[in-house]
Amino acid sequence: MVGIVSYGAYVPRYRIEANEIARVWGKDESIGKGLGVFTKSVPGPDEDVATISVEAARNAMKKCSVNPSEIGAVYVGSESHPYAVKPTATIVAEAIGAGPHLTAADYEFACKAGTAAIQTCMGLVDSNMIKYGLAIGSDTSQGAPGDALEYSAAAGGAAFLIGKENVIAEINKTYSFTTDTPDFWRREGEKYPSHGGRFTGEPAYFKHIMNCAKGLLERIGTKPSDYKYAVFHQPNGKFPVKVGKMLGFTNDQIKTGLLTPRIGNTYSGSTPLGLAAILDVASPNDRIFAVSYGSGAGSDGFDITVTEKIMEINGNPTVESFIADSKIIDYATYVRYRKKLHLGGE
Amino acid sequence: MRDVAVIGVGITKFGELWDKSLRDLTVEAGLKAIQDAGISSDDIDALYGGNMSSGLFVNQEHIAAMIAEATGLTEKHIPATRVEDACASGGVALRHGYMSVASGIHDIVVVGGVEKMTDVSPSLATDALATAGDQEWEAFFGMTFPGLYAMIARRHMHEYGTTKEQLAKVAVKNHHNGSMNPNAHFQNEISIEEALSATMIAEPLGLFDCSPISDGAATLILCPLERAKEFTDKPVKIVASAQASDTIALHSRNDICRMDATIAAANLAYKQANLRPKDIDLAEVHDCFTITEIVAIEDLGFVKKGDGGKAAEEGLTQIDGKMPVNPSGGLKAKGHPVGATGVAQAVEVVTQLRGEAGKRQVKDAEIGMTHNVGGSGATCAVHIFEVV
Repeated sequence: MVGIVSYGAYVPRYRIEANEIARVWGKDESIGKGLGVFTKSVPGPDEDVATISVEAARNAMKKCSVNPSEIGAVYVGSESHPYAVKPTATIVAEAIGAGPHLTAADYEFACKAGTAAIQTCMGLVDSNMIKYGLAIGSDTSQGAPGDALEYSAAAGGAAFLIGKENVIAEINKTYSFTTDTPDFWRREGEKYPSHGGRFTGEPAYFKHIMNCAKGLLERIGTKPSDYKYAVFHQPNGKFPVKVGKMLGFTNDQIKTGLLTPRIGNTYSGSTPLGLAAILDVASPNDRIFAVSYGSGAGSDGFDITVTEKIMEINGNPTVESFIADSKIIDYATYVRYRKKLHLGGE
Repeated sequence: MRDVAVIGVGITKFGELWDKSLRDLTVEAGLKAIQDAGISSDDIDALYGGNMSSGLFVNQEHIAAMIAEATGLTEKHIPATRVEDACASGGVALRHGYMSVASGIHDIVVVGGVEKMTDVSPSLATDALATAGDQEWEAFFGMTFPGLYAMIARRHMHEYGTTKEQLAKVAVKNHHNGSMNPNAHFQNEISIEEALSATMIAEPLGLFDCSPISDGAATLILCPLERAKEFTDKPVKIVASAQASDTIALHSRNDICRMDATIAAANLAYKQANLRPKDIDLAEVHDCFTITEIVAIEDLGFVKKGDGGKAAEEGLTQIDGKMPVNPSGGLKAKGHPVGATGVAQAVEVVTQLRGEAGKRQVKDAEIGMTHNVGGSGATCAVHIFEVV
């Protein structure tokens, strides 16, 4: 059965505290608590979606013994590709020694482009068009200074090598729920995204995740208690806990994959990183339920069963090791690293 | 002057109704009321629509004719008039409908109220609402409505020892009532602790001291009392319809712990109905903030000036209390689509007087009052209704 052969993660080491952002904008310190985001990751001045994707891809290749030349497809999902025209996926492919006999493309579907890439690879592998496909979700997401998004918009990514042989986790079923819902967008040439405020909640995030999750459970005939772990897209620390509760999942099932309180919302990296954190600690036969969400809007759901092979792969570096390796920076440094300030003449 | 009766009521659910437009809401409430009254659209002689700011909220003015068209009233070319007095638009629209029937000009009149507020961001909605204050002397200096009512609350605390706990008690009571109202925006109970520990909006008003931004519409059908039995077995008579005004800016008032427009309109209404405050069985008052309910029950004469907080604390205003206030959940829990509010209050009172309010029914309710305020008290409409 098609599944995950290997996976790798990367989270930049810089962190800014929600309190520090609140201090600069004269906001109440309770804003971080309100969002459930206490620190968020910040990419260094030389980091972007290409470097984050390469790091995650390299970590995935390090864990297994697959020859990169056997990879037939590379897809990178992000809403912060460094180039508007010029793929990130080709950079990743060459950096890990894959290609040139492969297909590659960049994906964009707000925060679920990474899981869409996984689905594409599943299709190509399952139809025997390729042996292995590499799907990456990674972002250096943008939040306008002073906007509510600034407290959560973070950076990070995870890569999944999809194949049929030696899978460490079988993907039993995937199901998606998609509508045209304008809750969050960024038009060509705009530096920061716009969003519909409270409209991003109930009619967007909750509607799509609930429908996707229920649709998936129905189609495979499972119930929340059949799963050891669950991960939902995490735009903040509150929504995934609430949606989990609404579906009947417990905090114990959710907590392993819930990273947003410590690293913020990594957008296309969000659900993939949560899933990677779960795989880091999962044991054979553990069942995992994962549902992403991308504004615009849609959700991809996955029913996953961990296999014995997970015991054979190299576990390092773990998602938690990236979270632990952190350095707090102040708002001024953050502004410089995020290129919100420019030197004269630049 | 002829006596006037309410023969039909209709209301939508209140809340963040993302998939319903201003037009949808109006049609839904309007058709429910027409159905409730058992009339056909051919019977309708005139329409009055209360709406505060469709221009700023959905970029549409001239909505009375639009509503007439949407509800199928175009062929008869009836007069359709929009009424605007900020958050009192609904109550004032009711008064215009009442006057047109009482005067003998029209027989069957539709009074609607609607506001579609969630198509804009909360900051734009706050700006739109601030236009109910004095743009030159209040809004220009950064004043918002939570800020104005926070000053009223602070002064009330200073003068009369009103406490934050007493304010919270109003919110807890109205959420409890809202939990029994299937059309309410919020149908969840809250605790005193939750109310007191909520995010601060404008000291001393926390999140639960403020009514929400809601979408919703409500409709009433009026006719001369002498014809009411043609349409319904349970007509409700409007025994008073009063309106008063005051300075638009809060700082121009002599005493910000009272609303002189409320006092003037209430006095007039009691006189018209030949009733006293203690005759009122229930009241829907304008609790845009918890402090507003406290000030209102004082100004309406239900309790002595300064005792409003204590009344909330002691449960006087609960559904089973001596003077039930806001059994619908009030603006706090039922929701506050500003232009619809005054009409929605009347829908609740009529429902109560008919004995059809279900779990939130006030026992033996025969006389009910609505109190609808515009801005920080520059407009007030008071109506009294009685079982026939």
